Amino acid sequence: MSMKTSHATFKERIDIQMQDDYMRQSVANAQERMFTNRAKAAEALGNWEQWREMGKEIRQHVLENLDYYLEQLSDKVVENGGNVFFASTAEEARGYIEGVLKEKKAKKIVKSKSMVTEEIDLNKAIIGLGCEVIETDLGEYILQVDDCDPPSHIVVPALHKNRTQIRDIFKEKVGYQGTNDPEEMTRFVRQHIRHDFLEADIGITGCNFAVAETGTVSLVTNEGNARLATSLPKTHIAVMGMERLVPTFEELDIVVSLLCRSAVGLPLTGYVTALTGPRESDQCDGPEEFHLVIVDNGRSAILGSEFKDILRCIRCAACVNTCPAYRHIGGQSYGSIYSGPVGAVLSPLLGGYEDFKELPYACSLCQSCNDVCPVKIPLSDLLLKHRRVMAESKLTPLGERAAAGFFNFVNARPALWGKTVKAGAKVANATIKDGKMPFNVGPLKDWTDSRDLPQPDGESFRSWFKNRQQTKGDQQKNEAGDHHD
Amino acid sequence: MKVNFFVTCLCDTVKANVAKRTVALLEQLGCEVIFPEAQSCCGQPSINSGYVESSKPAMKSFIRAFECNDYPIVTPAGSCAAMVKAYPEYLRNEPEWASRAQAVADRLFELTQFVVRELGVVQLGAKLVGTAVYHPSCSLIRKLGVRDEPLSLLAEVEGLTLLPIDNQETCCGFGGTFSVKMGEISGEMVKEKVRHMSEVTPDYLIGADISCLMNIGGRLHREGKAIKVMHIAEVLASR
Ligand code: SF4
Repeated sequence: MSMKTSHATFKERIDIQMQDDYMRQSVANAQERMFTNRAKAAEALGNWEQWREMGKEIRQHVLENLDYYLEQLSDKVVENGGNVFFASTAEEARGYIEGVLKEKKAKKIVKSKSMVTEEIDLNKAIIGLGCEVIETDLGEYILQVDDCDPPSHIVVPALHKNRTQIRDIFKEKVGYQGTNDPEEMTRFVRQHIRHDFLEADIGITGCNFAVAETGTVSLVTNEGNARLATSLPKTHIAVMGMERLVPTFEELDIVVSLLCRSAVGLPLTGYVTALTGPRESDQCDGPEEFHLVIVDNGRSAILGSEFKDILRCIRCAACVNTCPAYRHIGGQSYGSIYSGPVGAVLSPLLGGYEDFKELPYACSLCQSCNDVCPVKIPLSDLLLKHRRVMAESKLTPLGERAAAGFFNFVNARPALWGKTVKAGAKVANATIKDGKMPFNVGPLKDWTDSRDLPQPDGESFRSWFKNRQQTKGDQQKNEAGDHHD
Repeated sequence: MKVNFFVTCLCDTVKANVAKRTVALLEQLGCEVIFPEAQSCCGQPSINSGYVESSKPAMKSFIRAFECNDYPIVTPAGSCAAMVKAYPEYLRNEPEWASRAQAVADRLFELTQFVVRELGVVQLGAKLVGTAVYHPSCSLIRKLGVRDEPLSLLAEVEGLTLLPIDNQETCCGFGGTFSVKMGEISGEMVKEKVRHMSEVTPDYLIGADISCLMNIGGRLHREGKAIKVMHIAEVLASR
């Protein structure tokens, strides 16, 4: 899977998704559960706002000194006996990993959940080499066996499926015979993929945060699959987005707390793993070889742009879990592996406006994402910036540009504006009857598809106020006149 | 005390009654209301669609209109207040205009904010018998930080009981041009809002942002629901 997950248009995608009642119910339930849990977990820390401020400062500091920390990280990894590859593009990253696979004559690869490997379309490249690749995170596994269905959430990729659908997929694709009980299904998958772990030549993981000072890769998971993927195969390849690092373990502690509380509403997830280099001679487990692939793929350009705040992101999905637009359209509508507010900001930056131009408009600017983001990314402001870039580089529809131009022309001329308002009030009063207008086209139709028009209140306020002041003035004059008499 | 009234384009053209009630309310509180005629729209439809550059002349015209005196500016709409408060940021590259914008923004208050925080009044002698759902708009709570002011005013209205609803602080789906540009998504959002509201069968829907009220009200009307939509200024003027 690459960044882009669909060839349908945005409107086609949302039409399909919005008819999927199962998906909508799953998303609504999950949003409410995750939102409540997150709020409780944040509350439990006592001074959440200070934690957010700390999270923001740590991430900001890293971004401002990224070259320094990347160098430190890379030196440390090498010192620990690992290999580092810095990939400018997705292609370079794939190329390097393919090289390792070939060298190791790898046949089977186990993976733990990693968004960046999806971003660089790694699985396709691996399969292209004739290797078998198995996703071992339960959610990713479900999607993989379901003919590589795209993820609908950055933390819970199969969020759009309910347990019965999952049972049916397992039944059809992997011979599952049991019920739709989540525990039973999980047990089945565990057994089913155990031999894959044992047979795999290479384990590929992402990296939640790398620790620059020690050359450590940390992984935050709930299933323990990443531990197997990084300890059983002889080679471990970790792939990380260029910005995903912290200076020391002290900062790691803080960002992991923010991540777990924001993502799943818990003080910690089941497993937080810190891996520092390959196995040493006196150690009995761990991989013999370790590779860290650091992926730029457009991130340097973001770093130098007005969108750099998005690079603070720790991929917790709190913004996704609170987004009312996401709630109704689901993750697959975004057509990107990154959905929700973070996806709407990130996808056009990494994948271009051509494919993702609608995403910044799929937002009512309610700002609830800004309020929950643990590293204080002003997501709705960044979405507005996208709109601005598109409007000002003429990527918006001609009709819209003309309408905006006309509106701004009138709005900047007080006398003309005043006349327009008065005329507008007259037209509204003459034409809106019982919430409807006699014509119903364009934006009017878009509005009236789901709601009626307001009942107008008669003449414009400004006309009324002027009359009132005049009457008042006349009265005062008269009173004054009376007095003289 | 003299105050300027910023009517907003929606209240000016289609919801003049809300504007009239606001004026009456301010006068009841001893304010002399001035209406600077040169005022226009805050520019939200254009600015929030990304046409920032071409909106600048209108922003400047708005600033000029309210530079006619130094009195506070009051408006019955959170979203328009929030928009004007963002002008200094948009005009950042023109320091002189940015500071003029800041001066206007500093004088600007949303109605409930002005009444409660500036005038220190919560009891207005209003009476409205029945149950109501109050919709805290995104602009009010998240952009302006006005959460308690409307509630403390409504708490003093004789006979009125507020009912909580599920997901109370979730956006109603208006979002300006979002409501037409993404009409499908916006429509689903307002349907859900109305569903939660209908679960508690209130007599009234009350809000302090006319745009959200138009949106939710439009859906209520479409569904034939007998819930009366009232701006908080109208509630506070009820006797
Ligand atoms: S943008 Fe903020 S809230 Fe959204 S995923 Fe990233 S860190 Fe989490």
